[in-house]
Amino acid sequence: MNLVTETISGFWTLITGLRITIKEFFKPTITVHYPRQTLTMPKRYRGHIELKWNEETGRANCTACGICAKACPSACIVLDGLKPEGEKKKTVTDYQLNYTLCSLCKLCIEACPFDAIQHSGRYNLASVPNPWNDMDLVQRYKDQVTRVGKTPFVPEKPAAAAPAADQNAQP
Amino acid sequence: MSALRDLCGLPETLIAHTMIARILELISSEPYRSLLYLVGICAFVAANAAYLVWVERKGAGRFQRRPGPDEAGPWGLLQPPADGIKLLSKQLLVPPGADAILFRAAPLMVMAPPLVCLAVIPFGDFVLARNVNIGLLMVFSFGSINVMALMLGGWASRNKYAIISAARVVSQNVAYEIPMLLVVITLLMVTGTMNLQEIIVQQAGGFWNWNILRGIWDFSGGGWGHIGGNLLAPVTFLIFYICMLAETNRAPFDMAEAESELVAGAFTEYGGMGFGVFFMAEYANIVVGCSLATLLFLGGWQSPVGIVPASWGLFGTLLGVGFFLAKMYFLVFSVVWIRWTFPRTQFYGLLNLSWKILIPVSLFTLLLTSVLLKLPRLF
Repeated sequence: MNLVTETISGFWTLITGLRITIKEFFKPTITVHYPRQTLTMPKRYRGHIELKWNEETGRANCTACGICAKACPSACIVLDGLKPEGEKKKTVTDYQLNYTLCSLCKLCIEACPFDAIQHSGRYNLASVPNPWNDMDLVQRYKDQVTRVGKTPFVPEKPAAAAPAADQNAQP
Repeated sequence: MSALRDLCGLPETLIAHTMIARILELISSEPYRSLLYLVGICAFVAANAAYLVWVERKGAGRFQRRPGPDEAGPWGLLQPPADGIKLLSKQLLVPPGADAILFRAAPLMVMAPPLVCLAVIPFGDFVLARNVNIGLLMVFSFGSINVMALMLGGWASRNKYAIISAARVVSQNVAYEIPMLLVVITLLMVTGTMNLQEIIVQQAGGFWNWNILRGIWDFSGGGWGHIGGNLLAPVTFLIFYICMLAETNRAPFDMAEAESELVAGAFTEYGGMGFGVFFMAEYANIVVGCSLATLLFLGGWQSPVGIVPASWGLFGTLLGVGFFLAKMYFLVFSVVWIRWTFPRTQFYGLLNLSWKILIPVSLFTLLLTSVLLKLPRLF
């Protein structure tokens, strides 16, 4: 008798399983067709860092103070800045990130007093040759600003002033 | 010839001079008829084998909320030809030390039986290659070649996984052949014939007359368990279905190709189209098994409600073929459904199910049926 009840209840569990799978069968698929569709990354996703800029003026927040470079435990940030004519603060002219050394610890972002850098949402980073050990974040800033129809502001280096700027900017 | 005109259901004056009539006349004369069925069955098996792979993958996708093959053609419909071309372009290797003849013969031996079996399986009221009186026996005798082919393939490969798989296949199929044949004997006692066409004709009238339900209540005036005599007919169908899964080595009984334990079981050493033929034969065997389940228990080409009138002629026949295919493909879908629902059983579980449950139950239904068939004569 025990065998009979066991067989019947066991069979019933199989029916339950079949019922669950057929319900899934008629639900819509949840696949993202990757090369053609991509997910938008959540806000807290840590991609490589990028320069933040003012939505209205299109100017980068960065003043090239170098605190981020000092804060970085992996020494993957090298940056440079210049004081434009008639302004008190410097503006970033060169921001090199060696992303292959970066551990995404966020210390640079937390150290920044001007709220000038943030994590980007980029994740499609596999490529040959590897461009990630010498990323030009100023170029990225220029591209982003141009894309929304504003003019990026990066002061041109005067030929004579170049050595002086170098001294100030080294971390 | 006049019989043919009746079947077509067209007025004689119309049909006498039409092209259709001449074509039908031609293809129903002997050498052409055989050739037509040969080509038709080969095409049916090949199309099913190729596209059931697609159905399986698409079904697997849907059960896991993926789209399945999606890139090759619309809805991935070009996937089977693409796979076929890829497999054909690969070299056929015979491992050193293997029995070359048996190794090459095994895929052919596994593919041939379903082709032969379909010759006696009726698709419609006259869509049948050969009306053999012992059609059922023929299907089962050729069906068991499948086991031998897998065993030979495994044995000839000279590979330890393959030989373990071959041993498993034999013990599994021996275990499941017994309840399957007992169930079929139970059915034969009720039908009294091995002619598959006659078995289907007996189930005419509606789904309550199909063998799966006929034993419970006889609507032609017999009452409870009268003509069918088998009160447990749905259970016998279930046993037949489970055994069919096991005989075709389908999940959850795919011990022959237990990829997590035996690499690919008997197919480990096969590559290219040798493997492809094994793969296609699995689906061809499923088609034969599901066809058999349909015509033994689900009324074959009979309509689920009432009888298609004979005056409908060719249209009625096509409708019958449609009913047959619909029932058959529903069973095929359920096979896919089961595969993507249940994990593989362990080997002792497989044998326990057969020897401890299926064989006693099928023996019981056999006894019950024979008693109930003789009972009316006592009164």
